[in-house]
Amino acid sequence: MMMKAATMRVTRRQALGLGAGATAVVIAGPTVGPAVAKGQTAEDAIKAFTGGAETKTGKVSLSTPEIAENGNTVPVSFDIESPMTADDHVQSVLVVADGNPRPGVATFHFSEMSGKASASTRIRLAKTQNVIAVARMSDGSFFMDKRLVKVTIGGCGG
Amino acid sequence: MAKVKPRVKVPKKAEAGEVITIKTLINHKMESGFRKDKKTGELIPQKIINKFSAEFNGKPVFSADVRPAVSANPYFQFKVKVPESGTFKFTWVDDDGSTYSTEKKIKVGG
Repeated sequence: MMMKAATMRVTRRQALGLGAGATAVVIAGPTVGPAVAKGQTAEDAIKAFTGGAETKTGKVSLSTPEIAENGNTVPVSFDIESPMTADDHVQSVLVVADGNPRPGVATFHFSEMSGKASASTRIRLAKTQNVIAVARMSDGSFFMDKRLVKVTIGGCGG
Repeated sequence: MAKVKPRVKVPKKAEAGEVITIKTLINHKMESGFRKDKKTGELIPQKIINKFSAEFNGKPVFSADVRPAVSANPYFQFKVKVPESGTFKFTWVDDDGSTYSTEKKIKVGG
């Protein structure tokens, strides 16, 4: 698992053209150097949210368009299977986009009054990439879903 | 920038315990901090709505921590189970410290 995470990071770094030096820093962890804070990866963002806990698939259903013609406004919504009672509810949901210059998109917080843990918004995607939603349940477990969105025109910078 | 005006859609009436859908929109550029000024080539500083929250009768029901990847004119749709008649209050917080808010009433039951 550890090995796999490291390999994934290398690939992503290389894709960003930051080279092997930066890779070493990322593997060493977020405590070293300002370069890391700037180049936080989607995995880092998820890890910060889950505290390193295991993230299972299921319960979360994320919906995005398969192809987004305009990366400036991509509709994203999610629905999480949960009775939403005082004992068993969704606390919060982190949405990240792994190919954006900054992967964090938003964190949604729910309450017992939510009735249903679902929300939708519109987001910016710089290029074709995965959108990931991670839900934190009231019992401390984490569930996720991932969708690939193909972007025709990027939605960052200009 | 044009005057910031929040727009919210809340049903006027609901049954007790019904799960209603709320839609919110606010006009805001959501300057990402990644765009460059075409004339000077300098980066335009980030200025976004960084927080959205909804309260019902003073109790928080839903909120979102927002980052620059949320589109201009941020739109949020979410659900709320309404136990009784009351007032929703929606608040948006800008990077420059200003807040925008609006209220909507809902009547529950006969």
